[in-house]
Amino acid sequence: MALRIDQDHSRFKAIVRGKIKQNLKKYVQQGEMVGKKGKEFISIPVPFIDVPHFKHGSRQGGVGQGEGQPGDSIGQGQPQPGDGSGKAGEGEGQHVLEVDVSLDELATILGEELQLPNIEHRGSEKIVTTRIKYTGINTIGPQSLRHFKRTFREALKRQIALGTYNPERPIVVPIKQDVRYRTFKLENLPETNAVIIYMMDVSGSMGDEQKEIVRIESFWLDTWLKHQYKGLESRFIIHDAVAREVDRETFFHTRESGGTMISSAYKLCRDIIKADYPSSSWNIYPFHFSDGDNWSADDTRQCIELLKGDVLSDVNQFAYGQVESPYGSGQFIKDLREHLGDNDKVALSEIADKDGIYASIKDFLGKGR
Amino acid sequence: MPKSLTPRLQDLKVEIEGYARAFGLDFFEQVFEVLSTDELNMVAAYGGFPTRYPHWRWGMEYEQLAKSSEYGLSKIYELVINNDPCFAYLLEANAEVDQKLVMAHVYGHNDFFKNNFTFKFTNRKMVDEMANHGTRVRRWIDKVGVEKIEDYIDLALSLENLIDQHAPHIRRNPDPRVEKEQQNTRAEGIRVDRDYMRPFMNPAEFVASQQKKLDAEKLQSKKFPERPQRDVLAFLLEHAPLEDWEHEILSIVRTEAYYFAPQAQTKIMNEGWASYWHSTIMTTRALRDHEIIDYADHHSGTMATQPGKLNPYKMGIELFRDIEERWNKGRFGKEWDECDDLRVRRAWDKKLNAGREKIFEVRKHYNDVTFIDEFLTPEFAIEQKLFTFNFNDKKNTWEIATREFKKVKHKLLQSLTNFGQPVIDVVDANWENRGELVLAHKHDGVDLEPNYAKETLKNLQALWKRPVAIVTKVEGKSLMMRHDGTTFSEKKVEL
Repeated sequence: MALRIDQDHSRFKAIVRGKIKQNLKKYVQQGEMVGKKGKEFISIPVPFIDVPHFKHGSRQGGVGQGEGQPGDSIGQGQPQPGDGSGKAGEGEGQHVLEVDVSLDELATILGEELQLPNIEHRGSEKIVTTRIKYTGINTIGPQSLRHFKRTFREALKRQIALGTYNPERPIVVPIKQDVRYRTFKLENLPETNAVIIYMMDVSGSMGDEQKEIVRIESFWLDTWLKHQYKGLESRFIIHDAVAREVDRETFFHTRESGGTMISSAYKLCRDIIKADYPSSSWNIYPFHFSDGDNWSADDTRQCIELLKGDVLSDVNQFAYGQVESPYGSGQFIKDLREHLGDNDKVALSEIADKDGIYASIKDFLGKGR
Repeated sequence: MPKSLTPRLQDLKVEIEGYARAFGLDFFEQVFEVLSTDELNMVAAYGGFPTRYPHWRWGMEYEQLAKSSEYGLSKIYELVINNDPCFAYLLEANAEVDQKLVMAHVYGHNDFFKNNFTFKFTNRKMVDEMANHGTRVRRWIDKVGVEKIEDYIDLALSLENLIDQHAPHIRRNPDPRVEKEQQNTRAEGIRVDRDYMRPFMNPAEFVASQQKKLDAEKLQSKKFPERPQRDVLAFLLEHAPLEDWEHEILSIVRTEAYYFAPQAQTKIMNEGWASYWHSTIMTTRALRDHEIIDYADHHSGTMATQPGKLNPYKMGIELFRDIEERWNKGRFGKEWDECDDLRVRRAWDKKLNAGREKIFEVRKHYNDVTFIDEFLTPEFAIEQKLFTFNFNDKKNTWEIATREFKKVKHKLLQSLTNFGQPVIDVVDANWENRGELVLAHKHDGVDLEPNYAKETLKNLQALWKRPVAIVTKVEGKSLMMRHDGTTFSEKKVEL
């Protein structure tokens, strides 16, 4: 059914896409993409346009409620007291109930938002295992699948409604109608293996902001690929003039300095693949992030040879993301484009700033390989 | 499309309304409409008024609401608007216990709209007025073109917070010209009866200083505006060179801003009052045994607190309950204040039972600022575990600063004063005799966000058409930011 709002809604979407009203485009914000809540929960990005007002600077603090000692952290997000105060006037009495989303659902949403194609697996796809997945609750079923908690709850509800429940002597006796059973479906799971090999340039020219971009982007790549492959493995390589393999923590937090020889990372990447991941049964995704400032043209040539000669034949897709940095020349992506630009297995993307992450994820994952 | 109530819901309405009336709530006629999720999202996006003028930002609100309900992030329970009759929307898919809760909550809001003093001058036929605004804007769109109108609305929205929240209640500018007529322009000193006394009573220096004062006053009266004006939008409407359609749009934006202002001024009280009543009505009257668990679940969900955000529902309901208890037990007045024996205070109960009466009085005569100022006690702050938080630059995180009562209260009041918006006046509309508009920001310890200020100035300039400036403080130093339409500049000033 057509709603009256449709006209305003499509106009808003046109502004966000930059089709009309260029003067507003600069106010479009993508919201926070990685706002981790608890262990694996997250908030959804929705674009919004903030019409400028005279307003107080952020970080003014405010009043909160709850446990904790002075000095205790209450989070890195933006608990702005001003939040919603602008809106407070408008939607009087809107009750909003917040619910968390799991990473798996998040990946689905990401896929829908960016219209990402599902990845075509390769490898031993013919080996299929069946798995039982509990999907719901039913009133009939075998005793072995009885859901005790649900049964109890139904019984409690019934007794309260009938008035036979006595809080002094809380005895709950389920009868036949109260019993609930789990129901399941059989799912076919093709066995697939996948590995992501992250490579990052940590030379002096990669600042904190560039690393933050890499961190956010890798999070989303991780989320999506995990959604596509169960049991995804990750390996991490950092490099300046030499490359070494590190754990996740080090990968995102090291800052080295010195020159850049990208070929060193590609060599290590090739060695890891050869040693641990035979391409016949593994889906392999190397991602390399750098500011594009390689040491010499010689080294760049070597990189391209490595890619052409060894790496590309083994992997599903080789992705290179170039983060814009005030120091780098940004030459590397141009060289790659020139020599490998027409290769299907190569995804290249330039990431100007945090807002560019969105587009870049699409560059990387849009091919469905 | 809105459906009228099903017979079952109609019965519930009659039931709940009966309880509300029996408790002494005094409300406008209440109309409930039942909407699907999509429709409710739409109406909420329009701020409760589906007939409003077309603008992309309703679409933006809708996108957010639709997405978050689609992905199960959040859902709107209820939506109520200040109007006579009072309209509220129910979500079709809600369970019966939720509908009852929402209805009870709505009667609380309705009573608050009707009785609280801040709402006294709001238009109670706003549904009609909003529809009129919609018609007028659409007519101008047909004449002038959608791009031009929408751009202008964007400009006006950029300034919509520059209103005078007290304006409906007092006369700011009594016409000053009347008494000025007879005033002398030459200083004569003190009246002297005997001429020979004159040099003693009025020495030359004295007369000169008097003259100086008079001259300054005269200069002041030539200033335009004569005294700072808080209602920047009204000032622009009166004095900016506007086309007819520009005038009309700016006026519409201003009218709507004033209509919504009381709701921002009473967020804590309003939600607190409505929550107090849904809780009272549900738990003492309307709840059936089998609904208790669902009710408790949803009530506690609404009252949940997060460390970095103050939940107005929670704060409001607890404060109303605290006031009720204090007035029931007579815990107020001189004797109570002076008693510092903790044991006596704990056992203090004069059995006045004046609590209910008191909270009805409070809901009538207070707004959030005065409510917190008068009724937030140290005991309450401890019991509710209130604290202030600040940003720690070194650790790049928000952290709890203190639980000290005075500081908590001060911070809370500061964040509520002038709806938490910066206080800004028009001080000069003919700066340096060049027709430039100067605003002054009353700095209360928090700087303006500089990038937003810059963009807002640009928008203001587009309205005023001559250069505009704002005087504020940045990091403790006075600064004038100026925009002349093409370039932005800053300079240090003393004012």
